[in-house]
Amino acid sequence: MRREDPLGSNSEIARRLKQYYDDLVSEEIPDRFADLLSKLEQAESSKG
Amino acid sequence: MAVSPRFKTDLIAAIPSLRAFAVSLSQNADRADDLVQETLVKAWDKHESFQLGTNLKAWLFTILRNEFYSQMRKRGREVQDTDGAMTARLAVHPSQHGKLDLKDFRSALEQLPEDQREAIILIGASGFSYEEAAEICGCAVGTIKSRVSRARTRLQDILKVSGEAEYGPDAISAQVMGSSAA
Repeated sequence: MRREDPLGSNSEIARRLKQYYDDLVSEEIPDRFADLLSKLEQAESSKG
Repeated sequence: MAVSPRFKTDLIAAIPSLRAFAVSLSQNADRADDLVQETLVKAWDKHESFQLGTNLKAWLFTILRNEFYSQMRKRGREVQDTDGAMTARLAVHPSQHGKLDLKDFRSALEQLPEDQREAIILIGASGFSYEEAAEICGCAVGTIKSRVSRARTRLQDILKVSGEAEYGPDAISAQVMGSSAA
């Protein structure tokens, strides 16, 4: 355990923060990112 | 050296966290996705500078954060202010019975200065240690601690919850919801 706890891990604020962020993390990922990585990969393999 | 399949898989796995961090920083979903895109391109280009075995997520967060601040410098403050004014208008009044909803929290978070917002997000939500957060932000551990502490106080003021007083009535529902705060 940390001696200091600037966040107050058991506080209302900490819980709301986690909830806010977890909602964002669980959003569906737009296809553009998978497309982007495929393009990067293709660009690289065509470079040889 | 070619980008390894492992690196690509790890990048994909990091996208949800990167988006959440980007939205938290920019408070704007479209800008956030542009930030994530830019981060992925940079990470791909610089993959050789990533030290295997170190924390990829922290490395990516650092890239995204640098990109955010450099875009902000380029755009100037007015874009940010316009966005803020917009959400302030959309903001819902604090709900009754002292129970905060997500919109209240979001608009409260938006009122924090960026340095405090990123600190409390990195520590309280993204799961980084104070040391990692300090490295991501390029500052001292003590600075992160004081930013987190100021952010917390400010959020409590805005949302009118006092640190522990609000804890009582809500403790039960937190348990029911299986709060993972540790």
